[in-house]
Amino acid sequence: MGLHSIVMVKQVPDTANISGQVMKEDGTVNRAKLPAIFNHEDRVALELALQIKDSYGGSVSVITMGPPRASDVLRECLFMGADEAILISDRKFAGADTLATSYVLSEAIKKIGKYDFVFAGRQAIDGDTAQVGPQTAEKLNIPQITYVEEVLEVSNSKVKVKRKIDGGFEILEATLPVLLTVLKDAAFPRPYKAKRIMAYKNAKTLMELEKLTEGNSLLYIDQLKDEYQTKKLYIQTLTMDDLKLDEERCGVHGSPTKVHKIESVVLAGGNHEMIEPNKNGVSYLIDKLMEDHILG
Amino acid sequence: MANYFLENHDLLYQFEKLDLKEIVDLTEENYKQADKFDYAPINYEDAKENYKKILEIVGDIAANYIQPRSSSIDEEGAEFKDGKVTYAKGTREALDLLSKAELMGMILPREYGGLNFPTTIYMMAVEMISRADASLMNLFGLQDIGKTIAQFADDNQKEEFLPGFSTGKYTGAMALTEPDAGSDLQAVKLSAYQDEKGKWFLRGVKRFITNGNGEVLLVLARTEPGTKDARGLSMFVCYGDETIKVRRIEHKLGIHGSPTCELQFNDTPAQLVGQRRFGLLKYVIYLMNRARVGIGAQSLGISQQAYEEALRYAKAREQFGKPIYYLPVISNMLIDMKVALEANRSLFYSTSVWLDKKEKYEERVDLLKALKKPFAEENEKLKEATKIVTFLTPLTKYLLSESANKITYDALQIHGGTGYMKEFAVERLSRDARITNIYEGTSQMQIVAAAGGAINDVFAEYFDLQEKKEYKGSLEKLLDSLKEIRELYKDCIKYVKDKKDTSFQDVAAKDLVEIYAYIYIGFLLLNEANVDQKKVFTARRYILDSLAKARKNYESIKNELYSDVLHADSILI
Repeated sequence: MGLHSIVMVKQVPDTANISGQVMKEDGTVNRAKLPAIFNHEDRVALELALQIKDSYGGSVSVITMGPPRASDVLRECLFMGADEAILISDRKFAGADTLATSYVLSEAIKKIGKYDFVFAGRQAIDGDTAQVGPQTAEKLNIPQITYVEEVLEVSNSKVKVKRKIDGGFEILEATLPVLLTVLKDAAFPRPYKAKRIMAYKNAKTLMELEKLTEGNSLLYIDQLKDEYQTKKLYIQTLTMDDLKLDEERCGVHGSPTKVHKIESVVLAGGNHEMIEPNKNGVSYLIDKLMEDHILG
Repeated sequence: MANYFLENHDLLYQFEKLDLKEIVDLTEENYKQADKFDYAPINYEDAKENYKKILEIVGDIAANYIQPRSSSIDEEGAEFKDGKVTYAKGTREALDLLSKAELMGMILPREYGGLNFPTTIYMMAVEMISRADASLMNLFGLQDIGKTIAQFADDNQKEEFLPGFSTGKYTGAMALTEPDAGSDLQAVKLSAYQDEKGKWFLRGVKRFITNGNGEVLLVLARTEPGTKDARGLSMFVCYGDETIKVRRIEHKLGIHGSPTCELQFNDTPAQLVGQRRFGLLKYVIYLMNRARVGIGAQSLGISQQAYEEALRYAKAREQFGKPIYYLPVISNMLIDMKVALEANRSLFYSTSVWLDKKEKYEERVDLLKALKKPFAEENEKLKEATKIVTFLTPLTKYLLSESANKITYDALQIHGGTGYMKEFAVERLSRDARITNIYEGTSQMQIVAAAGGAINDVFAEYFDLQEKKEYKGSLEKLLDSLKEIRELYKDCIKYVKDKKDTSFQDVAAKDLVEIYAYIYIGFLLLNEANVDQKKVFTARRYILDSLAKARKNYESIKNELYSDVLHADSILI
């Protein structure tokens, strides 16, 4: 039947390997000090999209909004099997919160055209907001199912999924097109494929091609772009102008979220209290925990 | 994230140092394949970038996916039930992932779905896979079976079998050994016969067959009834169908993930590969030589992991108020292990490059002959490479497998009592290492195979050239030591030759082969140290240690230590 999926992916700082002066004075992350990696749940999202393609045919497009070097994750998507990768990048997008990001992504998705699925990881490990997926669905005006654990059934017009909820799961059905955000255990991402690595290792975005032309008067960007397009090595690159976006809704301007204060919290042991291991002791412990708003 | 390629500085060093241009130019037919395949390289630099990227992926999969499964693979092992062999869960998962990553046909031609990589690059992958799980190497390393088919089978057979190898749908087995034909393969009895239409069938028993349950088998069989030697043997390819009964699998000391089968062929339909009567003489020798190099890589991988385990343990374990790493006796053992590893790796990749050269020139000469073009120049190169690889292959298999046993032994020793317990990986590594100097030809067989090269001084010209080179600073002294070893060697050879006693020569062969290896490896390391400061310590310890050992070997020969072998019956009572 052929189903088209769009996967939203993000390059994130490797928060599992934090060292040194990662946090800047103003509370933002010093990305230069952190290795950048493919957000794991987004890789899982891509795997689910590829599985749908394997089973039902169709195609998989991947988009990311980020700085030029986010092209790394797009190449990795091509290595896994994505048919098309798109970078949405502009200096004017810098400092975007989830509202501005979902605005840009939703406009880009509209520009791509017809689709059956939009996939995203539940959340990115840098912001942990889990908002971009849902906000994008709202702006696209399509149904959304978050916290997807498993895709159970797919048909031409519907999908049935298992969704994680507190203390259990629920099974939901939605009509297509739909946006799904997925959990890390929803699938095991396939490895990068040797042949695709070799074929797409030189795939380049517009910014990367521009870099090649710098200091080389014999190379013209349009010509180079054509050449890469013919070799299927051009990563489509969209800027604010390409998407005809409202500048007031992009980047810092379009982001109401402000970082109020950043504190370095040192966890240290304080006073302790012995509680008898009996019924009274347990009741007392529960009261204490409720007082501290840890329970209840 | 851990990566067995990017984080193994010595492997990376050997990779960067590789000059494969000559080989890759030939393999890629001057890069014409790039017109047909989008993943074929456009020039040598591009090819090398490809190799690096793929080895990075192998390093990632090996470290983060396979290694964490190795202990459960060892515990679970391959299972045999109701006539069926099942791999351990971890083995299945690892094979599945490697297949999905398109890494099961690394050395097969592109038209059959392979990556068309040189053997040297493939061997780097084999080393890393072996480090992650030695038993998995016995399946991953079976790509050589596909390679043998690619080399000698006809086009229809290649079309039939190779794509399945590339995708990982087929695993293979080489069915050579029989109950009465182990080291002596000439004694193979399994018979191949034809029906009236000329179709071949196999009948008989094979034993100790690694992955005998595989989907495609290469079988050595007797096609000429009444013959008793290698000239009556031919090679066949067949499916592992219901006519082949797995009678049992062995319960082994190590490599539990790799099933070792006893097979009964009950009129199994098969296809002849290549020419009749050349089974052992040409095809199996080809396959076996590649397999021996593969065991070298397996030995290297096991050794690397054992060294890493020992180093980590020594740094973590505190006794007498400090980590035992700081006890000179322990750091000395670790240095010995590290130097052995680096020397082994240097020898290993030198061997695999020569193997690549030999095979590429062989193909080239065959092609030129077929096109009726002159091939004298290529033939000279082929002859040289053949001479060298005939010596280096058994030598490498011998030294690296023995070394893997020594390194795992010492690594366990550094762990003390805990190393003897199942909780630590070093116990498994010691068991896994133990097969490497037995299968694919025992160490004793490798010495016999390498003896000719050592006695005929295959590297005479190369050594002369190395002696004349200039070496920096303290390396000149090491050069003197190598010259001294060479003198000892010459003296020993003359002594053995003059003696004209073949049984003495048989026993002395081990000492001779070793002395000769010290010189070759010594020069490899000396050259590395000459351009790379960090290799000076390695070269120093290796060469000084070799000098001491060479003197011992020399004394053994000159003092006729082994003359009492003639009196074995009086001693062994």
